[in-house]
Amino acid sequence: MAGKTLFEKVWESHLVHEDPGGPALLYVDLHLVHEVTSAQAFEGLRLSGRSVRQPALTVATVDHNVPTTGRSETIADDISRRQIETMEQNAAEFGLTFYGYRSPNQGIVHVIGPELGYTQPGKVIVCGDSHTSTHGAFGAFALGIGTSEVEHVLATQCLIQKKPKTMEVRVDGVLPQGVTAKDIILGIIGHIGVDGGVGHVIEYTGEAIRSLSMEGRMTVCNMSIEGGARAGMIAPDEKTFAYLKDRKYAPQGSDWEAALAHWRTLTTDADAEYDSVVKIDAASLAPHVTWGTNPGQVVPVTGRVPSPAEMLTSDEQAATERALTYMGLEGGTPIQDIAVDRVFLGSCTNARLEDLRAAAGVVRGRQVHPDVHAMVVPGSTLLKQKAESEGLNEVFQAAGFEWREAGCSMCLGMNPDILAPGERCASTSNRNFEGRQGKGGRTHLVSPQMAAAAAIAGRFVDVREW
Amino acid sequence: MEPLVKHTGRVAALDRVNVDTDQIIPKQFLKRIERTGYGPFAFFDWRYFEDGTTLNPAFELNDDRYAGATILVTGRNFGCGSSREHAAWALKEYGFIAIIAPSFADIFANNAVENGMLTVVLPPADVAELTQRAQNIDDYQITVDLANTIVQDNHGFATSFAVDATVQHRLLNGLDAVGLTLQQVDAITAFEAKRPNWLTVF
Ligand code: SF4
Repeated sequence: MAGKTLFEKVWESHLVHEDPGGPALLYVDLHLVHEVTSAQAFEGLRLSGRSVRQPALTVATVDHNVPTTGRSETIADDISRRQIETMEQNAAEFGLTFYGYRSPNQGIVHVIGPELGYTQPGKVIVCGDSHTSTHGAFGAFALGIGTSEVEHVLATQCLIQKKPKTMEVRVDGVLPQGVTAKDIILGIIGHIGVDGGVGHVIEYTGEAIRSLSMEGRMTVCNMSIEGGARAGMIAPDEKTFAYLKDRKYAPQGSDWEAALAHWRTLTTDADAEYDSVVKIDAASLAPHVTWGTNPGQVVPVTGRVPSPAEMLTSDEQAATERALTYMGLEGGTPIQDIAVDRVFLGSCTNARLEDLRAAAGVVRGRQVHPDVHAMVVPGSTLLKQKAESEGLNEVFQAAGFEWREAGCSMCLGMNPDILAPGERCASTSNRNFEGRQGKGGRTHLVSPQMAAAAAIAGRFVDVREW
Repeated sequence: MEPLVKHTGRVAALDRVNVDTDQIIPKQFLKRIERTGYGPFAFFDWRYFEDGTTLNPAFELNDDRYAGATILVTGRNFGCGSSREHAAWALKEYGFIAIIAPSFADIFANNAVENGMLTVVLPPADVAELTQRAQNIDDYQITVDLANTIVQDNHGFATSFAVDATVQHRLLNGLDAVGLTLQQVDAITAFEAKRPNWLTVF
């Protein structure tokens, strides 16, 4: 009998029910909830007279809509405030653990899950948010769902799911100096395309993936959805276990030993087969910069903005033309000739402690370019405090960066942190869609080091030569 | 949820690939806690000029010939990006009952079903043909027959499409997923009894 992939092991151990040929009913171990995609789900429960089946497996916070300027103020935007208060009321009414606006554990939902130890290998984790794929870095099957499905999970603790296919993305070799986890995933998406992973769960394997820290692995898995994948996963190993040991909500004592014994079985068997395999050589990767309006429109920093004529299909030519018009760029422009107005260091992709340390290393003792407005928004309140205890806030502030409170912030601009029309931003987030960071705003996705260097230089520069 | 068995309606073509949910419903409308009222905001930044009220004639769906369309034909990977179900709510309220494309993003396709909206995957050549016809024939209409899984028009186009049997059953009967799953409550309880304690202790 053929062996099993990591994904298949997790899938099979969560099957509650399966009709032959139909979708499966999967048990959900952890349901993360935030303010933007949950209000209608709780309202649905109320209307149908249902309750939350497992409040103990449901954890809520507020992140998308929160201001990042100061937690002592009340929220000025009435509609935002109502949404945040509604989350608080729903958590209280249905008995959920809730990390509110002023909680020391508040933060971006995909940052606090791992940080507090809720995210663990082998779990099925869902959230009404597409970047739930982040948690796959621990060997969990973690996926984004819509609001109706949020209501379904609240009421039943189960998710109806058609079994996805599996794809191995193998990154062999050693990552060159100055090339990061962000560049790996941008390189992968550039290679497979923004729909290359549709219907699949990607398992990332290979020496370059294994050599990443847990933070780096989260960055890679986070953007699986940008390649269209249902989820991304990385088999847990000693690094995973060391990261989780003694986290607040990780198993403790004899439970830890039991959990560890199970987690060690969560690897893909040597004779297991994936539905498809993609291979990438880490040594060939460079720092990447997106030039267009989806994350697959990306080139190395040494490259040029492409012209529509270089594209192979008429669809891609039209899409490239539209993207260049929106981005205010001409085909053939060297990436390093592009000047930026704003720099955003934040989001669930790249606002963990390691990211802030790496960026601080680049800006230390330097000054933000006079034409650039730069800000740092830590991923969680807890890690913001840790960064402050290391003095990172002082490094950034001395260089001219703003140092903000935790939240999603300018990743999607639901709070007041937005780009003005036409402003160009080097951003460590995950989406460069039209208007994502503000109507008419132009986003270029890069690593934290590349964003930091762009803030200093006022344009994109090759951080390897920094 | 209203059952969906067979529907005939006017077709609108949006000939773009990778239309993401940030375009279908921009973030400023996600602050609302209601489930309805999103139709007027569908494709907001493409649909209107800067003032937010004047229709932009450059946006395909603003073409008068597409007024009242209930079927959308569009490019591959439709609905990619954010999981926001607001995108499905907005399209449904805009008037769409079925969307035809060479492929859909997974989360969007699930959200559509949850709202009684059918996503039909057809080969790129068929989608290109339907797009051409929608662009060139006045009041171009097609019939989407979910019971028999056929898409056809009055101009000689007919093809069958694949649909997941469970999705078909749910849409044909307008069934609510939570109600169906709760019929399995014994299996859920039995599963819970077998879960190790350390998975629940927090
Ligand atoms: S940081 Fe951005 S991508 Fe991550 S959860 Fe928040 S809005 Fe979504």
